[in-house]
Amino acid sequence: MKVSRRDFLKLSGAAAGSLLLPGGAALAVREAPQFPLRKKVGEVTTICTYCAVGCGQVVATVGGKVVNIEGDPDHPINRGALCSKGAASLQIINNPRRLTKVLYRAPGATDWEEKDWDWALDRIAQRIKETRDAHWISTGESGKPVNRTEAIAFVGGSQNTNEECYLWVKALRAMGLVYIEHQARI
Amino acid sequence: MTNHWIDIKNADVIMIIGSNAAENHPISIKWVEEARRNGAVLISVDPRFTRTSALADIYAPLRSGTDIAFIGGLINYVLENELYHKEYVAEYTNASFLINPDFGFENGLFVGYDPNKRKYDKSAWSYQTDADGIPLEDKTLQDPNTVFQHLKRHYARYDLDTVSAITGTPKEVLEKVYSTYASTGQPGKAGTIMYAMGATQHTYGTQNVRSYAILQLLLGNIGVAGGGINALRGLHNVQGSTDMCLLFHILPGYLKTPIEADETLAAHLERVTPRTNDPKSVNWWKNYPKYMVSLLKAWWGDAATPENDFAFHYLPRNSANYSHIALFEAMYRGDIKGFIVLGQNPAVGGPNSNMERKAMENLDWLVVIDLWETETAAFWKRPDVDPASIQTEVFLLPAASYVEREGSVTNSGRWIQWRYKAVDPIGDAKEDLWIVNQIMRRLRDLYATQGGAFPDPIVNLTWDYGDGLPDAEQIAREISGTALVDLKDKEGNVIVKAGQQVKNFTQLRDDGSTACGNWLYNYYTQEGNLAKRRDTVDRSGIGLYSNWGWCWPVNRRIIYNRASVHPVTGEPWDKEHPVIRWDPVAKKWIGDVPDGGTPPNTIHPFIMKPEGHARIFGLGLADGPFPEHYEPWESPVPNLLSGTQNNPAFKIWASEMDYKGEADKYPIIATTYRITEHMQAGAMTRNLPWLVEAMPELFVEMSPELAEEKGIRNGDKVVVETARGSVTGVALVTPRFRPFQVNGRMLHQIGVPWHWGYMGISTGDSANVLTPHVGDANTMIPEFKAFLCDVRKAV
Amino acid sequence: MGKVAMLIDTSKCTGCRGCQVACKEWNDLPATTTTNWGSYENPPDLSASTWTRISFHEVADDRGVRWLFFKEGCLHCTEAACVEVCPTAALQYHEMGFVSLDEDRCNGCGYCVEFCPFQIPRLEINPLTGQGKAYKCTLCQDRVTNDLIPACAKTCPANAIQFGDREAMVTMAQKRVEELKAIGYTNAVVYGDKELGGLGRIYVLTERPSVYGLPENPQVPALTRLWQKGIQPFGYAAVGLTLLGLGFNWVVQRRVARAAEAEEEG
Repeated sequence: MKVSRRDFLKLSGAAAGSLLLPGGAALAVREAPQFPLRKKVGEVTTICTYCAVGCGQVVATVGGKVVNIEGDPDHPINRGALCSKGAASLQIINNPRRLTKVLYRAPGATDWEEKDWDWALDRIAQRIKETRDAHWISTGESGKPVNRTEAIAFVGGSQNTNEECYLWVKALRAMGLVYIEHQARI
Repeated sequence: MTNHWIDIKNADVIMIIGSNAAENHPISIKWVEEARRNGAVLISVDPRFTRTSALADIYAPLRSGTDIAFIGGLINYVLENELYHKEYVAEYTNASFLINPDFGFENGLFVGYDPNKRKYDKSAWSYQTDADGIPLEDKTLQDPNTVFQHLKRHYARYDLDTVSAITGTPKEVLEKVYSTYASTGQPGKAGTIMYAMGATQHTYGTQNVRSYAILQLLLGNIGVAGGGINALRGLHNVQGSTDMCLLFHILPGYLKTPIEADETLAAHLERVTPRTNDPKSVNWWKNYPKYMVSLLKAWWGDAATPENDFAFHYLPRNSANYSHIALFEAMYRGDIKGFIVLGQNPAVGGPNSNMERKAMENLDWLVVIDLWETETAAFWKRPDVDPASIQTEVFLLPAASYVEREGSVTNSGRWIQWRYKAVDPIGDAKEDLWIVNQIMRRLRDLYATQGGAFPDPIVNLTWDYGDGLPDAEQIAREISGTALVDLKDKEGNVIVKAGQQVKNFTQLRDDGSTACGNWLYNYYTQEGNLAKRRDTVDRSGIGLYSNWGWCWPVNRRIIYNRASVHPVTGEPWDKEHPVIRWDPVAKKWIGDVPDGGTPPNTIHPFIMKPEGHARIFGLGLADGPFPEHYEPWESPVPNLLSGTQNNPAFKIWASEMDYKGEADKYPIIATTYRITEHMQAGAMTRNLPWLVEAMPELFVEMSPELAEEKGIRNGDKVVVETARGSVTGVALVTPRFRPFQVNGRMLHQIGVPWHWGYMGISTGDSANVLTPHVGDANTMIPEFKAFLCDVRKAV
Repeated sequence: MGKVAMLIDTSKCTGCRGCQVACKEWNDLPATTTTNWGSYENPPDLSASTWTRISFHEVADDRGVRWLFFKEGCLHCTEAACVEVCPTAALQYHEMGFVSLDEDRCNGCGYCVEFCPFQIPRLEINPLTGQGKAYKCTLCQDRVTNDLIPACAKTCPANAIQFGDREAMVTMAQKRVEELKAIGYTNAVVYGDKELGGLGRIYVLTERPSVYGLPENPQVPALTRLWQKGIQPFGYAAVGLTLLGLGFNWVVQRRVARAAEAEEEG
C-alpha cells in the first residue's frame, strides 16, 4: 500500500476531523439506523394530466394537502411508471404560481385587479349577451335560417374532463356559437 | 388509435414516423420494449435523430414534409415485390372496386381541378356501380380500372432513386426500412405505425396519414393485434374533447354540424345519412338519425318534439370553415368581439403567433379559464406593447387542478378512465363544471327576464345541474343515454324502463324516446360508472384489459377487428395473437367485442363505410383519392415528381401579416416540436421548477456543418428568422442533425421546440412566431412542421 | 435479508429523466437554477439537491450516430470508501446491500466526498450555520426498508431501471449483455458485478465505461484502508496533536471551496 503525499494530507484531515466531533459521536456507531417513510404513498387514483397515454397515478394527501403523486402500480398501461412530467405532477398542485383569485383587467389598464366570482360571472354573462344580441345572424346569404353568432369564439377543452367538455359544447351550441375549436386542430 | 397502448407489444415491426414517442409519449416505450423483448424491430423515421431514434434498430432520416414520398416508395416496394396480404386486400379493401373511367391523374393533379377556386370537382372520383348502386368489383385485381391497378400506376413513379432524391434518405436505408416493414404483409405478422403531429401538421397532413393507412391495408395490418394506425395524441383528454366535438364542424359523437342548406331535420338527415343496398354492408352510420334525435332530446328535452323537428333549428348552422386559422383571421379582421379560452394558450400554440397575438387586440372582451397566468391571458402586457392602447376587457378565472375535481378522461387508445377528487381547489379556484354552470345559469336568467336575440335555445336548454357544483356522474349519465319512456322490443317486451340508462347505442331511437348526449360514450349504464372499473386481470391473452375502465365504441379495444380473421372461416390470421375468433360450436365470437356479432362471411368488416370496405381509394377528400407528394408551402426545392409544387387544394390566406418566405432569403428548412420535459404551450411545465431545471431555455438544434458555415459554436445564442418573425435561442450543435442530400443539393434543416413564451418561470421566444398561417387542405391543421428560415449568430 | 441491487440497462434508457424528477419528488429536493449550455443535459452535475441525473453522450463514428443516456448516482459499493472514512457512521453498509446515509449523524467533514472513487457525494454548507452535510443517493433507503422500490426504479417508463435481489440483477445483466453482443453491440459490458466487491448499482453498458465517465477499474483509495485498519484502531492519540492543526486547516479550506462552488451552481 503506497501512500502519496496528497493522500497523506487527506488522511490527516480525516483523522483530525473526527477529533472535532462532540464527545462520543466520533465513535463509529454501527447499529443500523431506521428509516421511516418520508411521506405517504397515495390512495386516491387519478389519471396523469399530461399526454394521452393515460397513465394511472396515486395521490397521497395529508390534512387536505397533496403530499405525493406517483405512478399507480396497478394500472395496466404504466404499471407505476411516470415520465419526467408525470413525476413532477406534485408541483402542479402545490405551486405558488397557481391562480387563486379571480383577476380582472379593465380596458386600457396596466395591471390586474382582484374581483369576486359573483361580480365576474355576472359581468361575463352580460358581455356574452350583449355581443350575441348585437351580432346575431338569423338567416344566411341563401335566406335560410342559420341562427348563429360569429362574434364570439371559443377555444379549449383538451385539459378538461369529458363531462366538462360536454357541458361546454352544450352551452356553446345553445348560445349559437360556430367558432368552436380546440387543441386537436393545432 | 385503432388499437391501444398495450397492444404495441403484439407487433413484429414498429414504425414510429411523424412521432417522437420516446420523448412525447414516454410510457409507450414500455410496450415498444415489450415487443422488442419478443423480437420486434423498431424503426424511427424522423428528420431529427431523437430520443426515439436513439432506441431504434433502424433510423431513417427524411427531410421534413416528405412522408408521402417515403411511404409512397414503400407502397411501391410492396406492390412490385407482391408482398401485400392478398386475401385481405381483395376481400376487405376497395382495391377490387372499379373506378369511374373518367378518373385520371396528370402532372400532380387529379381530374377535376379548378385552379381559380383551388378546388376539385370530385364527381369522377367514384366507383362504378351496378343498378342497385353496389360498387362493381374485380376480385382478381387485374382490371385496369380497379383501385389496385390505379394504385400501382400511381406509385410506380415512387421508385427508390426518386424517393431518395426527394426525401434525402440514403437508398440503402430506404431498402432496409422497406424490406423490414413489408415483412409484416405475411399473414400472421403485424406491423404498427405510431404517428403524431409530425404527420398531421402539413398542408397535406391528412394525406400523410392516408399513406400510412393505405400501407397498413396492403399489409393486412388493420384490425389485428400489434397492428393498426395509431395516432399518439398529445394531451391527456384531447381524445375526449375531440369525441365531445369542441370543433366547429362536428357535434358530440362526430355528428355533423348542420349547414345552411339543412333547412329541416329531414334535409339534414337526408344529406348526411349514408345508404347502401349491399346486404353485407352494415353501414353503421345509417343509424345517424337515432343519434342526432337523441342528442337533441338530451339538449332540449321537452322543448324538442316531433312537431318542431326536435328543436333542430336551435342548432347554429355553419356557412363556412370556422377552424383555428380561420378563427384568428376573423379576429384579426375585427369580426370577433368576445373570446372564451378554456385551458388553451393560442398566444404560444397558434401558428404565426405574432399575428394571433395582434388579433386579440381587436377583442372587446376575453375570458381565460386556467391554472396559470398564460401568455394568452397576459397578451395585453406582452413585451413591446403598450397596455394602454389595448381596450380589451380581460377576465382571468382560476381553475381547479386535475386532482381537485372529478370526472372521466379518454386516452389515445379510447379508454375512458375516471379521476377521483383528492383535495379541494386551492384559494378561490373553482371546478370547470361549476364555472360553466354559473355562466349558463346567469345567461339563462338574463334571457328569461330581458329577452334578446333568439332566446329559445338558451331558455329551453336542459340545464338542471343545481346551483352549486354539478354532479359529474349526472352528466356522465346524460352523455351515456337514457330511456325517456319504456323502450320495448319488437315483441312488445320492455327492454329498458323509463328513466333507466340504455345498455349501449343500439338501444337509441329516432322517435324522441331516448336522450343521449354522445352516442359513442355509453360508459354509464345500469351497471354503474364503467369508467371506474379497475380489473387488473387480462383475460384476452393479448393485453386488452377489457374490464379496466371502458372503451368506445361498446368497449371494443381493437377496432375493425372483423378484419383480423379469415373472411370465411373466422379463424384469426395470427393464431398466437387472436383478437377475435369464431367458435363454430358455440356459434359466437370469442375475444374482443367484434365489429358486428354475426357469423363469418355475413358482413363486410369496415362497418363505418357504406361500402363496408376500407378505402385504399379515398372518397370525398379535398385533395385527391391517393396521397401525392407535394412540397411544403415554403420549400427550397422544386417538386421532383410533378409540376405541381404545392398541395393544390389548401386555402391560402391573405391578411397583411400572412407572409410567405422564399428560399433565396430563407434557404434553411425549419421544424418545430416538443420535448419530454415540457408540455405544449408550456404553462403546465414552465411553471414547475423541476422541469424548468431539466430544460431551462429555448434551444435551436443544428448540424455541425451548418454551424460551421454560419460561424456558430455549441452553446452560442443564435437568431432564427422567417418571413414572419424571429426567435433567439441557445445553439445545440449536434451530429444528430445531418444535412440532407436532396437531388444533388445539400439542404440544411434546423429544429426549434415550441414550448416557450413570455410568462412562467422559464421564459423565452415562441417558435410559433416563425410558423405560417396555412393549414392542411382537409383539416386546416397548420403547417408547423416544415417552413423556411435563416439562422445567424446573435450579436 | 438478502442483498438487493439496482440494475441500470443503458440500452433501454430513453433519457426521459423520469428518474431524475421522481428522485426529487420523493426526497423533497429543490430545483436548482440552470441554463442551457448546449445540451439536453441538466442540471450539469450531481449536487446536494440532485442525487441522480441523466448525462447525455453523443457518439458519432463510422457506425453512425448514437445518443447515450447514463443515470448517475451512488453506486453503493460493497467496499465503500465513504463508509470506511465516515467518522460519524452517518454512512453505513446496510444489510440489504446499499450504503445508507443518516443525515442527522453527518458532521459535514467531507471525507466521503474526497474518497469516493466515483466522485458521487456532494457537500452542502448551510450558509447560516456553516454546518455542512453530505448528500447522495440513498437507494431510497426509507422506501426499500419499507417494502417499496426506489422512486427512480418505480418511475422508469422503459424498464431500464430494475430493482431486486442482487444475484438476480447480476444474472439479468449478464444475459442482457449477451443479447446485446448478439445484435452487434460488441462493446457491451456489465459494470458493477465485481467492481469494488460488487456494486449495489449494476450497469449494462453498450459502450466502454469511460464513454460514460466511469472509471474502467475503480479502486478504493489506498488510504481508506490505512485509515480503517491502521490509524483508527490507535485512537486519536496516535494521530497526534501534531497533525491536528494541519488537518483542521484542510477541512476548513475544503469547506470554503465547496461553499463557493455551491454558490456558483446556485
